[in-house]
Amino acid sequence: MAMTLSEKILASHAGKKSVTPGEFLQVKVDVILVQDLTAGLTIESFYQIGATKVFDTSKIVMVIDHGVPAKTVQTAEGTRRMRCFARTFGIPYYEVGRAGICHIFLPEQGFVLPGDLVVGADSHTCTYGAVGAFATGMGSTDIAVAMATGETWMRVPSSTKFVYRGRPGKWIGGKDLILYTVGQIGVDGANYAAMEFTGEALQYLSMDDRFAMSNMAIEAGAKVGLHRIDEKASAYVKGRAKRPYRVYEPDEDAEYEKLYNFEVSDLEPQVAFPFLPSNVRPISQVGEITIQQAAIGSCCNGWIGDLRIAARILKGRKVHPDVRLIINPGTPQIYLDALREGMIETFVEAGAVISTPNCGPCSGAHVWLLAPGERCIATTNRNFVNRMGGPGSEVYLSGPAVAAASAITGKISSPLEVQE
Amino acid sequence: MKLVGKVHKYGDHVDTDVIIPGRYLEISDPQELGKHCMEDIDPDFVKKVRPGDIMVAEKNFGSGSSREHAPVAIKASGVACVIAKSFARIFFRNALNIGLPVLVSEEAVDGTEEGDTLEVNLAQGEIVNLSKKNCFRAEPYPGFIVELISAGGLVEYTRRRLLRPQNG
Repeated sequence: MAMTLSEKILASHAGKKSVTPGEFLQVKVDVILVQDLTAGLTIESFYQIGATKVFDTSKIVMVIDHGVPAKTVQTAEGTRRMRCFARTFGIPYYEVGRAGICHIFLPEQGFVLPGDLVVGADSHTCTYGAVGAFATGMGSTDIAVAMATGETWMRVPSSTKFVYRGRPGKWIGGKDLILYTVGQIGVDGANYAAMEFTGEALQYLSMDDRFAMSNMAIEAGAKVGLHRIDEKASAYVKGRAKRPYRVYEPDEDAEYEKLYNFEVSDLEPQVAFPFLPSNVRPISQVGEITIQQAAIGSCCNGWIGDLRIAARILKGRKVHPDVRLIINPGTPQIYLDALREGMIETFVEAGAVISTPNCGPCSGAHVWLLAPGERCIATTNRNFVNRMGGPGSEVYLSGPAVAAASAITGKISSPLEVQE
Repeated sequence: MKLVGKVHKYGDHVDTDVIIPGRYLEISDPQELGKHCMEDIDPDFVKKVRPGDIMVAEKNFGSGSSREHAPVAIKASGVACVIAKSFARIFFRNALNIGLPVLVSEEAVDGTEEGDTLEVNLAQGEIVNLSKKNCFRAEPYPGFIVELISAGGLVEYTRRRLLRPQNG
């Protein structure tokens, strides 16, 4: 029977020849991610189920990225518990200064590979769809069970195909494509579905751009956001993989529940207004929105390609006097690359703050929070009520080009306002 | 099991950030989490809610992050069950895993207002609006989910599985 990309990966991990949407499966997992914010409940659940060992220490990765540096003694205690747990069970644990943001670190280091089935105690685990992994976020109890047994249950999602046609313009990136997509289908437009991204426009996008697209699949309610493996993806994976992997292709005659065709040649930079990622407008219809903060980073846009775009725009310019610009390189490797390419100098000279590789202000748990009523343009993925700080604060979502340009002008701006 | 409680009603896309904001996620004590439930969209909720009350919402309830703290906070606040037109998938799994009943019923949501009293029969999926004298049906759970629930939830199901002697 003809199968979509996600159906093929699920079938192989369930030991079945074929699967159909709606079917319940018990599947084997290849990689399990645990991050610090949800680790506490995961560890509690692990002990509750009576587990005495993890199924395979080489298939679990523990990263702290949300609560670093520790904001309170309670945060420090939480990460200490996580370290102890990792040591007790022999699980690889990546210390501050050696990991950064989990969803950038795992693909960068070749932990997640094409054809893998990955589950993580973080909703943006779907990021790894850019390297062709069926990767999805779950709650702490589900992850604890996967850690103990190496398996989880899945309901096979229906698949929706998104075809991007044309050639995106100069300042258009994966973030603009996915914001546009979420704007078109809504925050539950792909609830419980698998999104499959395809079309000739994607060949012009870097891997960093594709990660940003897969990252926000959850913002449409999707279980996964899968890209196909082309030469670019293959080259990205080859230098990093330390174990064999398998590239799956969807069958030509596979059945998709829905099909969307988007022409993106004339797509403008996109901005999502508060308080939903689907509340999207093209930059020409944004109007006059002054900002107090600009944040460039996160698992969505903390990749080296994003910093390069920001540096190109900020080079020789100054951040607006009333704006604070925070830049979070996603991992120590990205930080080092930015340093060697002279970008850190560009950012500091412009008046930006360089933060340690972590989740930054995105989850609102931590650093660079907004005062009541303040506005932030952010390359993050969520703009819910009070997501980044105080009552009445507002988050506008965009790609790095708009965020950098806005930091200079002090209001939400197209990169064309400050650059050719 | 029959549940009877007063309704607290919300709109579309109630996300996990407003159910329990990121600033409280280092808390793992359910009672502490329950004290901050819904505080960013309904600061009075924790003062109004009584044990056994029922939360009713429009579509895509629990969207956003994977935090299990969200259903934990709702349950600890005293809410006995959530009824919505649809749920975000991670929240749906999390709620069942921690023993917070969640029911999908468009008609029950449309036929219920803030402050109504509902009677919910979980086994039959029957929802009675005692204030308006109406009766609604919830969508039945898929077979596998019923199995999971009757095994006592995922934790209990896995405990038994781990205790079982391995046969080769």
